Amino acid sequence: MKDTHFAKLALFVNSLVPLMLLLWDVWRKNVGANPLEFVTRTTGMLTLVFLLLSLAVSPLRRILGLNWLIKFRRMLGLFAFFYGCLHFLTYIAFDRFFRITTIPGDIATRRFIAVGMTAFFLMLPLAITSTDDMVKRLGGKRWALLHRLVYGAGILGVLHYYMLVKSDVRLPMTFGFLLAVLLGFRAFARYHQTRRPIPTGLNRTS
Amino acid sequence: MPTNKPPNIPSSEITPPQVYFNRRMFMRGAVLAGSVAATGFLYRRLNPPSAVTEQRPKIGGVVTPPTDEAMRQGFRTDEALTSLADITNYNNFYEFDTEKRGVAAAAQNFVTRPWQVAVEGLVSKPRSFDIDELLKLAPQEERVYRLRCVEGWSMVIPWIGFPLHMLLKVVEPLSSAKYVAFQTLLDPSRMPNQTTGVLDWPYVEGLRMDEALHPLTILATGLYGAALPPQDGAPIRLVVPWKYGFKSIKSIVKITLVADQPPTTWNIASPNEYGFYSNVNPNVDHPRWSQRYEHRIGDFGSRPTLLFNGYAEQVAHLYDGMDLRANF
Repeated sequence: MKDTHFAKLALFVNSLVPLMLLLWDVWRKNVGANPLEFVTRTTGMLTLVFLLLSLAVSPLRRILGLNWLIKFRRMLGLFAFFYGCLHFLTYIAFDRFFRITTIPGDIATRRFIAVGMTAFFLMLPLAITSTDDMVKRLGGKRWALLHRLVYGAGILGVLHYYMLVKSDVRLPMTFGFLLAVLLGFRAFARYHQTRRPIPTGLNRTS
Repeated sequence: MPTNKPPNIPSSEITPPQVYFNRRMFMRGAVLAGSVAATGFLYRRLNPPSAVTEQRPKIGGVVTPPTDEAMRQGFRTDEALTSLADITNYNNFYEFDTEKRGVAAAAQNFVTRPWQVAVEGLVSKPRSFDIDELLKLAPQEERVYRLRCVEGWSMVIPWIGFPLHMLLKVVEPLSSAKYVAFQTLLDPSRMPNQTTGVLDWPYVEGLRMDEALHPLTILATGLYGAALPPQDGAPIRLVVPWKYGFKSIKSIVKITLVADQPPTTWNIASPNEYGFYSNVNPNVDHPRWSQRYEHRIGDFGSRPTLLFNGYAEQVAHLYDGMDLRANF
């Protein structure tokens, strides 16, 4: 991958395609009978997709030997956070209709909301410390340790989805399966660490 | 034989740098456009917007009772009707699809004729009715009801149908009959999602006898002046407006009068979330969410949910002395 700059641009543009189409559908009133639910569901789903994509980078890099993939991990993670923000804002603005005072009660009665919010707030420090400068300030080791929070965000995100569906859990289970594969690979790789030396540095974990 | 001759390319054939870079730009543009198109296509496939609106045969001779009387009995409401497009494209009908906006397309070719409804159990005259017979059994009446889904959204729907008690009268229930059990068609070749295990098929529901005989309880055969679309429960479905939507069972093939409380599908699936009664009640939260508010489809914002979905005046007496929290 020689042309990193262009590839990053292409990834950036492509990552915005779902948002553009969603806005287009909202504008054209093509979001069905319950636009709020449609937007909430879509942004939530996109958050999970980007979380899984960012978690797929390290395993793919190891398996396929494509080291350049690491250059896209930060952007994928930030897009997960970006769509997570949109999902969170949709909830605050439209589900609660800015009745902020009803939120604590809603968290208490709807447990999946609490789980989803926890997942979202786990991503917050990761987004804040995503810059090169922050990596330097924290030091590679500590940065990598902090960024293991992404596993928690992934697990809670999928759990949040699983908890909210009524009975057809096939899609949440699919997300769960993919997450289990991605995290399982890491556990497996760690177990076999002694047999295969792995590249050192901050790109090692997650 | 001379080999490896140096290439003899005239300088005029060497690509000038501006063309080379143009080509590079062109390639990049193509890659960008191509990938954007692919991503867009993938997104559309995974998250399709829906719209299936099909013309249904009109139902003739629909009776509309005098407005004042109808309002008093709860047969009509002056609230704004939900649009036909929303009523027919936002459906919970798991036999076709668990995705509300996917049901209309999945049910589009559902054949509802011929159709028989067996009425049996604790009755003097058990028999089977053809759908055309049911349409003539009683005057087809327009009922404008609120529908409140357990998921927190609601609609106002102009149904066409007739009171269930009219059908029950024909078969003459025995005094031992205390409940009425309903059953949806079981035919995975026509209801494709019945091949999955998302619910126990066939879908079953039940009412207590006094609920079944209540004048608000109807068998609907149409909406908006036309025959019921498949996604809304064609050719005949139950509508019990003071209960959560899932009680109003669709595409009925069997009605059985029984002595004991019959099993109901959502109660089987999740007993602590969905009770037998499932009366709309803002004071009893669903274990996973509040029932205090509802989102009226087509509106912006939310509104408070009413006890018995606003039909307390007509039905509250059925539950006198009953703990609605225990019997949710």
